[in-house]
Amino acid sequence: MEAILFYLTATVAIISAIFVTQCRNPVNSALNLITTFLCLAVFYIMLESPFMAAIQIMVYAGAIMVLIVFVIMLLNLGLAVKSRYTHGVPAAGILAALVLFVVNYFIRAGEATGTGGNITSEVITSYGHTELIGRAMFVDFLLPFEIASILLLVAIVGAVVLSKREV
Amino acid sequence: MITVNHYLLLSAILFAIGTFGVLTRKNAIVIFMCIEVMLNSVNLTFIALSRHVGNMDGQIFVFFVMTVAAAEAAVGLALMIAFYRNKDSIDVDDFNMLKW
Repeated sequence: MEAILFYLTATVAIISAIFVTQCRNPVNSALNLITTFLCLAVFYIMLESPFMAAIQIMVYAGAIMVLIVFVIMLLNLGLAVKSRYTHGVPAAGILAALVLFVVNYFIRAGEATGTGGNITSEVITSYGHTELIGRAMFVDFLLPFEIASILLLVAIVGAVVLSKREV
Repeated sequence: MITVNHYLLLSAILFAIGTFGVLTRKNAIVIFMCIEVMLNSVNLTFIALSRHVGNMDGQIFVFFVMTVAAAEAAVGLALMIAFYRNKDSIDVDDFNMLKW
């Protein structure tokens, strides 16, 4: 059952990711990207991380994709014309295949060490995933959290400054 | 039985597709979306290995990747709007103003 769900969702994720790279209309690419994000949310649930699945749908499929679709509509882009230069395609294909080959080699090279940590399925069901995330984030990772908030503030100010007509 | 290797292989495939898209497409927004596919494949790797190892730290990293992706989306799309206003195009072949 789990295997069927995994392979079905993986097929949908890979096909929609291919459509993201191949669609001529940017809006179709954006819609296929949302499908990929939803498939990844299914994987997060299968990996017993429901909070990450919720964040994936709300932040990625919600906020970031709304921003991208909004900009596509704002710029009113037409269909992509036939590219002027196509000699990069075989090189890019070779590079992507190389990435896949190297990662596949490393996956098959050995086992992950340091397994058997204290976060097991029983711990997740008894405490709840959100509480575990909250403890880790606000106790162990408090300083990176604050730095991330400063990064977001800088990004907001930068976006406003860049998109103003006259500074 | 689905093991962690299945998830790692799936995220490798998604990463390779994203790489291919970044290198072949001309539209800057589509390149941006391909970068999002690559970031998401890395997130999948983080969560799969976090569950495999039994440690929460990988999932916290996914949070920071999402934060950086959101910041990147805001600034990158503002740059594209500014560029479109000047050049009436977001084709990356037209991004040549720093050449001399």
